[in-house]
Amino acid sequence: MATATPLTLETLERDCRDHESSAHLHLRALLEEGLPLVAHPWQVLAEQCGLEEAEVMVCMQRWQEEGLIKRLGLVVRHRSLGIKANAMVVWNVPDQDVTRVGHTLAQETAVTLCYRRPRRLPEWPFNLFCMIHGVRRDQVLAQLEHIVQRHGLGGIEHQVLFSRHAYRQCGGRYALEETR
Amino acid sequence: MNTLELDVEDRAIINRLQDGLPLAPYPYVLVAAELGLSEEELLERLARLRDSGVLTRFGPMYHAERLGGGLTLAALAVPEADYERVAGILDAFPEVAHNYRREHRLNMWFVLATESAERIPEVVAELETATGLRVFNMPKEREFHVRLHLPV
Repeated sequence: MATATPLTLETLERDCRDHESSAHLHLRALLEEGLPLVAHPWQVLAEQCGLEEAEVMVCMQRWQEEGLIKRLGLVVRHRSLGIKANAMVVWNVPDQDVTRVGHTLAQETAVTLCYRRPRRLPEWPFNLFCMIHGVRRDQVLAQLEHIVQRHGLGGIEHQVLFSRHAYRQCGGRYALEETR
Repeated sequence: MNTLELDVEDRAIINRLQDGLPLAPYPYVLVAAELGLSEEELLERLARLRDSGVLTRFGPMYHAERLGGGLTLAALAVPEADYERVAGILDAFPEVAHNYRREHRLNMWFVLATESAERIPEVVAELETATGLRVFNMPKEREFHVRLHLPV
């Protein structure tokens, strides 16, 4: 009598790599192509990889709970909507304050990403990165100014790096949101 | 690329679905009801937005690290005269996923995405050899969760 294996990320990933669950692997490959735009999408995926609809949905639920899948949504191509100003704002925050400032920035609606990263001294003292998107540069800078004023961040050294254009924009199998 | 004209319904759909689709057998009918549209109209509009390039992706956003892969943000300080040449060198690496020019001394920013975490330092070393430049490797230490939502 086999005991049930506790569901952990490790076992789930092993399951998914297991020969017996090649159907789950197939499901993941299908999902990487995106979700079918049909009324009954999980059923379509289930038929394609030889699972029941309920199994597909349980799998999706698990992958979301385990953090394998962050979100089931859509990604907007900013530039197609005229959102051409993309600023990476980098901050040199004292280590003891970085968590607080990170949470503060992340709560701002203008901020689409907020990560702590290592400093690379002496050339690169910045340890907190956030992205702000907007239609025009002046609008992005005004939003940043509001954020600085509202939260009293004027004393924290920061720089704004605007992007010029992407040399390479892969569709990407993963949600490479680091620079979007 | 031309800026596309979106109508009120398109904007409502994009704003709603950036928060994700419900995990239900008929998810679109639920979202359509929220937005006061028919399911058919919602699907037609989504297909149009996808085909016209407004949406780059529709479906699950994976955590690359959780899939056992490596992911990092890296930068180079490239002399202006060498910029195109170095961009071409990076282009030959399948692990380089996005490459942006930014206005700073560190002017080339890109993401490295590899099948395994161990591969990241190897690719960094290969890039340094290929370009003769120091790679500033700045992996994510902590993510502060934002509501990934761009009002359109």
